[in-house]
Amino acid sequence: MKKLLKNGRVVDPSQNIDETLDILIEDKFISKISEKIVDKEAEIIDCAGLVVAPGFIDMHTHLREPGYEYKETIETGTMAALAGGFTAVASMPNTNPPCDNDSIVRFIKKKAEEAGFARVFPIGAITKKREGKELAEMGLMAQFGAVGFSDDGSPVASAFVMRKALEYSKTIDKIIIQHAEEPSLFEGGQIHEGLVSTELGLKGIPSQCETIIVKRDIDLCELTNSSIHFAHISARESLNYIKEAKRKGLKVTCEVTPHHLLLTEEAVLGFDTMAKVNPPLREEKDKEALLEGIFNGTIDVIATDHAPHHKDEKDCEFGFAAFGISSLDIAVPSLIDYLIQKNSLPVIRFVELLSTNPAKILKIPFGTLKVGSIADITVFSLRHQTTVNPNKFYSLGKNTPFSGRKFNGRVQYTIVDGKVLYTYGKPPKSLHS
Amino acid sequence: MEFGLWREKMMLNRKDLLDIKGLKKEEILFILETAKGFLDIPTRTVKKVPALKGMTVINCFYEPSTRTRTSFELAAKRLSADTINFSSGGSSVEKGETLLDTALNLQAMAPDCIILRHPLSGAPHFLAKKVNCSIVNAGDGTHEHPTQALLDAFTIMEKKGKIDGLIITILGDILHSRVARSNIYCLNKLGAKVRICGPETLIPKYIENLNVEVFNNLDKALDNADVVMALRIQKERIHGSAFPSTREYFEFFGLTSEKLKRAKKDVIVMHPGPMNRGVEISTDVADGPFSVILEQVSNGMAIRMAVLYLLLIGRKKSEETA
Repeated sequence: MKKLLKNGRVVDPSQNIDETLDILIEDKFISKISEKIVDKEAEIIDCAGLVVAPGFIDMHTHLREPGYEYKETIETGTMAALAGGFTAVASMPNTNPPCDNDSIVRFIKKKAEEAGFARVFPIGAITKKREGKELAEMGLMAQFGAVGFSDDGSPVASAFVMRKALEYSKTIDKIIIQHAEEPSLFEGGQIHEGLVSTELGLKGIPSQCETIIVKRDIDLCELTNSSIHFAHISARESLNYIKEAKRKGLKVTCEVTPHHLLLTEEAVLGFDTMAKVNPPLREEKDKEALLEGIFNGTIDVIATDHAPHHKDEKDCEFGFAAFGISSLDIAVPSLIDYLIQKNSLPVIRFVELLSTNPAKILKIPFGTLKVGSIADITVFSLRHQTTVNPNKFYSLGKNTPFSGRKFNGRVQYTIVDGKVLYTYGKPPKSLHS
Repeated sequence: MEFGLWREKMMLNRKDLLDIKGLKKEEILFILETAKGFLDIPTRTVKKVPALKGMTVINCFYEPSTRTRTSFELAAKRLSADTINFSSGGSSVEKGETLLDTALNLQAMAPDCIILRHPLSGAPHFLAKKVNCSIVNAGDGTHEHPTQALLDAFTIMEKKGKIDGLIITILGDILHSRVARSNIYCLNKLGAKVRICGPETLIPKYIENLNVEVFNNLDKALDNADVVMALRIQKERIHGSAFPSTREYFEFFGLTSEKLKRAKKDVIVMHPGPMNRGVEISTDVADGPFSVILEQVSNGMAIRMAVLYLLLIGRKKSEETA
């Protein structure tokens, strides 16, 4: 069955395209991309007034399965991904048991294939049980589909272990992703250490908790001549270090989340547990620096750090509440609104951050609309609005600080393997349906 | 005066008392004024008025407390409310019940007010959104302790006749002190010049944004002060190493008669209790001529009577009108 995406504004950074074009999909591949394609057999999908981009890839998602199915399952998480415009997600290994061996990698891949919604690329743990002590079987995990390695949720605190991980990652040619956090500065912390933590009497997590490890790992990256990717950067000073490392030619990349771009520590005022997240929401100066990093290229990727939790884990005393924000369903509309509409980010840069770059860093053959590639495509609107209603999330996690917000931007179609699996206003479909 | 205006004046238009930050200056003054009227009740032969007769107040304490719990209980009893004491030890909390479930169960028994003391900052704010009865914060974690600040302000007013323009030094563990936060807000709203003093390890970041002057040197902090408040060193909240030893702490930050000489001649010395004698305050100061520590305790009851009265009568009246 052929499909023809007509008259869309095709934006593909991998080919430096931003113009009105048609795209023909045959089987599951992109077979032609040019002006005014005519094909009588093809089903026409009208994309006039919409942006057609290579499928968005969220390289930082918590799908919670195995072990925390009450928070999220691979099925519900990948449905949320489709509804949010993501054709693929990379799942973080802090499951129970953790994804630190190839059998868990295979389990996740199998569950994702059975569900048939968004693609799942597992991230394996760097160390056994994510304890930061001994290297996990990264090579074997990579053989079965792990695309990168991280102890996310926890840092690799030991400089020695991190050095070994960085060296070993070169052997298997996979990226190491660091959750940058110095444990001794974090202990017991609840929110950013700043005026709000002082006012609310909540133990603070200083920016230096992150920047110290960023600096250290850049040094280790230089020592080992390997690559490193920093997850969810939140502090201005971290970006300064990363910018400097890039200038020196080190293979350092980083990501930022939608909530760190859009919010500051003030979101916590009134003890709102929905804004409790790690790394914490920081200050206006940090928020401004992150936006600048989006424009000047210091930031490579926007990733959601989708962290769904059960209602009970947020509907409680602030000190007991879980860290994390459920993000997949609404990340893209919030980013269209904030980056493209409010701050005039070029659409081609936007697509690079959400598709081209994550594909490059994870070394997966997606993030492009080149002829011959698999047709994973995200179609979004700059003209329509999305209102955030957590009760309508496909994610089981309804924990968002954006409830009730209106964003100028909307996901129209999410296409995986050449099939339209999500159409705005309709439930996501499975590849098997 | 029109009835509406009179009614307005006779109550606090709020369901809960959660923190000082959210109170207007007028509300603070109104509570202090109301407390004056209750001051003599404990001196009567029959220490009771029927103001809250038929109402129920639950004292819900998730942390050990002698002064505050007794003070709230007596305040409620002297207003003729029925009181129940509930502490986390020996209750369903030990069986794993959440604060929310406990509160919803208590609410099902139709109390008018829950007074909550809790080790976590924001716990009363959380409950206030969940239950219909009034919530009074009797100290939440390291956040606020509003009735303590009110009774401190009341005591200063009684002793000094005013607060506006006074130099007030708060001394000790500011980082972990809910009393300090509430007092900083309260005294600032009432026009005092607030100083805080302690080792840098116990001074929270950006505290100067709350309009206080920060000192690491006690002599300078005491210079010309009208009021000195010593805070307890909260051993249970100080993890690790805020200072090397209590001996060293006392040397630099202990309030002694000698150091107090730098303050004004008519200085008053306050402490929210419980005291660590020989750590943050010397015995001769605690028991000396400048100390108003026990008066704070007596005034505390009047303040808590005023708070309960204004919240509960206010709500009753607004329900009647509605």
